[in-house]
Amino acid sequence: MKYAYYPGCSLHSTAKEYDLSTKEVAKALNIELTEIPDWVCCGATPAHITMHLLSLALPVKNLIQARKMGADEVVTCCAACFSRLKIANKFMEDDPAHREKVEKIVGEEYEGEVKVRHFLDVLVNYFGLKNLGERVTKKLSGLKVACYYGCLLTRPPEVTQLDDLEDPHLIDDLMRTIGAEPVQWPYKTECCGASFSLTKTDIVLKLSGDILQMAHDEGARAIVVACPLCQSNLDLRQDAINKKYKKNFNIPVFYFTQLLGLALGVEPGKLGFKKHAVNPVPLLRENGILGNL
Amino acid sequence: MKIGVFVCHCGTNIAGTVDVEKVAKAASGLANVKYSTTYKYMCSSPGQALIWDVIKEKALDRVVVCACSPGLHEKTFRKCLEDAGVNPYLIEIANIREHCSWVHRDMEQATRKAIAIVKLAVAKVSRDKPLEKTYISIEKKVLIIGGGIAGIQSAIDIAFAKYPVVIVEREPSIGGKMAQFDKTFPTLDCAACILTPKMVTVSQSKYVTIHTCSEIEEVSGHVGNFTVKIRKKARSVDLKKCAGCGACWNKCPAKTASQFDMKLGKRTAIYVPFPQAVPNAPVIDRGNCLYFKTKKCGICQKVCPFGAIDYDMQDEIIEEKFGAIIVATGFTQFDHSVYGEYGYGKYKDVITGLHFERMVNSSGPTGGKVLRPSDGKEAKDVVFIQCVGSRDEQKGVSYCSRVCCMYTAKHALLLKEHNKDAQAYVFYIDIRAAGKNYEEFVKNVQDKHGAVYLRGRVSRVFEKGGKLIVRGADTLSGAQIEIQADLVVLAAGLVAQPDAAKLAQTMHIPYDKNNLFTEAHPKLAPAETITSGVFLAGACQSPKDIPDTVATASAAAAKVLGLLVQDKLEREPLIAKVDRILCSGCKACYEACPFHAIEMKEIEDRQLKRKRTVAEVLEGVCTGCGNCTAVCRMSAIDLEGFSNRQIMEQLGEI
Repeated sequence: MKYAYYPGCSLHSTAKEYDLSTKEVAKALNIELTEIPDWVCCGATPAHITMHLLSLALPVKNLIQARKMGADEVVTCCAACFSRLKIANKFMEDDPAHREKVEKIVGEEYEGEVKVRHFLDVLVNYFGLKNLGERVTKKLSGLKVACYYGCLLTRPPEVTQLDDLEDPHLIDDLMRTIGAEPVQWPYKTECCGASFSLTKTDIVLKLSGDILQMAHDEGARAIVVACPLCQSNLDLRQDAINKKYKKNFNIPVFYFTQLLGLALGVEPGKLGFKKHAVNPVPLLRENGILGNL
Repeated sequence: MKIGVFVCHCGTNIAGTVDVEKVAKAASGLANVKYSTTYKYMCSSPGQALIWDVIKEKALDRVVVCACSPGLHEKTFRKCLEDAGVNPYLIEIANIREHCSWVHRDMEQATRKAIAIVKLAVAKVSRDKPLEKTYISIEKKVLIIGGGIAGIQSAIDIAFAKYPVVIVEREPSIGGKMAQFDKTFPTLDCAACILTPKMVTVSQSKYVTIHTCSEIEEVSGHVGNFTVKIRKKARSVDLKKCAGCGACWNKCPAKTASQFDMKLGKRTAIYVPFPQAVPNAPVIDRGNCLYFKTKKCGICQKVCPFGAIDYDMQDEIIEEKFGAIIVATGFTQFDHSVYGEYGYGKYKDVITGLHFERMVNSSGPTGGKVLRPSDGKEAKDVVFIQCVGSRDEQKGVSYCSRVCCMYTAKHALLLKEHNKDAQAYVFYIDIRAAGKNYEEFVKNVQDKHGAVYLRGRVSRVFEKGGKLIVRGADTLSGAQIEIQADLVVLAAGLVAQPDAAKLAQTMHIPYDKNNLFTEAHPKLAPAETITSGVFLAGACQSPKDIPDTVATASAAAAKVLGLLVQDKLEREPLIAKVDRILCSGCKACYEACPFHAIEMKEIEDRQLKRKRTVAEVLEGVCTGCGNCTAVCRMSAIDLEGFSNRQIMEQLGEI
């Protein structure tokens, strides 16, 4: 399995551990990910709230780069990148008026022929849970997790076509395959506050706080995510949430690739656990998943 | 040939844009036109008298009236010709209003066009042939498909006029959805109290035959003469012997969920769906009966004092002839399991309006108490969500189901009546309470019964700590609302029966994208279909409440009676005719006819001295649409009054 890989800005900065663990998991499963050379912004928030055309031209530029590599499919991990690339393809496929404008901007013809997949999709639907299960060397038994999907992974459904809109389950399926125990909880797609993180932090503290509370109430010891912004809001802001709402949350927030890496026997040091604000090591030790790091 | 041309001013409708005098003058110069004139209103009595006088005076044998669309006054002028002793089909209408004066401004150009239209009409009328109306016999018996309140009402009205009626109902009892209801809005009389007398009336009428557990298998024929095959499913109980004593179902050991009670209660495998069922005889649900599953048991047969239980009973197919058919197959509730935000139908305490009806019914599965299906505890805080499936193009249907606002208001009131400590919360988009005393009813529920109405959608329902957490928006205050509810009731919309499209195809009647049956005209023929002799009653045409259902049922009955009182059925002669000599029997017309008005028939060809197949038009069914004439390769099929020759004649004038 060969894919062009689009990391996006987060995976090269705040979500470095997502990038590291993705590459490790891919390596362990013989999935070849080749980073798109000279990739640019995916057209997320700063672009799409200011200029619609820019938010299409940027992802198209990246997809054309991938085409030049000879790739049919691009894999991405960040939910926002996934959304922008998919939306751009949808416009280029269905909307000739927009296609014409975008082609003029990027100076090349493109009709959405490079398909976009989320890494989760590749693992669950292409590599397959059965195959994956056979590669597991260390079951994460006893680890109760709340799988949290956020907004952009499933919405809008006509664009993403990834998972159940109201009750997504791909991460849950994956966690079950590696022996973890996903809890049934109603907040899988609640809003974490997203990019208000910087401009209106109070909103994020409230919304992410509610999510942590629900995960806690339903018995989860950790949260598993597939989006850098979700991770950052739930992990990095957890301390501020505790202070503001007088709570004692100590809930590690993992990328699904990190736990998958552990299950596949990847050396823990390569999965970026040190990048977390809420230290996940004690919980992993408690469950017998980690020895001494 | 003596043609008269009569040009109408229609006040200024025509004369304001078309120079009518010039048109009359131009007409007078056309071949065979012996007379032309204008008049202010040709359709008025003096206008008709003018035509009559001229026909007599000038001995005219054909007439062209230049006026409005033939859809409006063609009949008027045909009658005028008939009265004057001329065959009524020797007239043409030149539509110089809708096709000319109304759509143009420039008088000179409009006049030129009007003259051209008149020329075509004169050309056509010169090829008109005298035609005679045809008559067909009528089978004086009516089939009603569906034994809900609509079918029952139609049956009562028709039986009152002493015509025989057959009701075909697929459930074991007539009564339909109304039998499941508790109270009815806005008067709150009990549904059973007003329905069961009507059920008894039809069951006692010597003019009404009821086939329950039965479905329509096949329909052929046409208005006045339908032949229908009805499948009577094996009931396993002989209706002639059964006295409805109850010995069998009291002893039956097999229990299963009762569909009538929306699976909130149980019934036995041999059962009557509800105590007032008509016929008052049980049916064996073979899927759950121990005798049918394991060949053991057989208790019901042993205890029946009348020997009415027949395990070997087979489906029976009967064939009957009918003059008219009323389709009254009703509706079903929208399946809310497409709504993930309400839990995909997984939460036990998220129920539908019909569940609530059964719960508040004192003879229902909870004895009239509003209980949570999950733990049987009495529900105190109840959230009602309106427009579930309705007005939702993404997950449901685009239309408004019309009754949910009212039944939800009724539920909010009944909740309070059954438990004075209870609190109703209603999430709505708009309150649509258009009906006599409907708005007053809703207002009363809000003001006197303390129901809290919140304008907005519910975004999520989930279980937490034994409660249902209902999150939604109150768009009037702009606030987010969270309610800890014991029970959530979804006002699921009304949708077509799952097999509605199949039935429509069997009946040869059109249906829309929602599988609702299509009326002949949305305003002026709401109870008819475009298939002569097939009529619609109740919610199978569109969602309706009980008053509207009963009204349409009586309307359909009136239409049927209008048909049945005739000795013979008069049919317009403007229909297709086959020239057997030219017909090659290719069946193209047979395939093209949307009304199934063409049959293939074998004839003895005396010239060729062998048998061959030709098309034949069923005079009672043909509507004269002309599809067949367009597809006929041999030009063997022609439309009376619109013959190929007439059309060619007109084209020659352009």
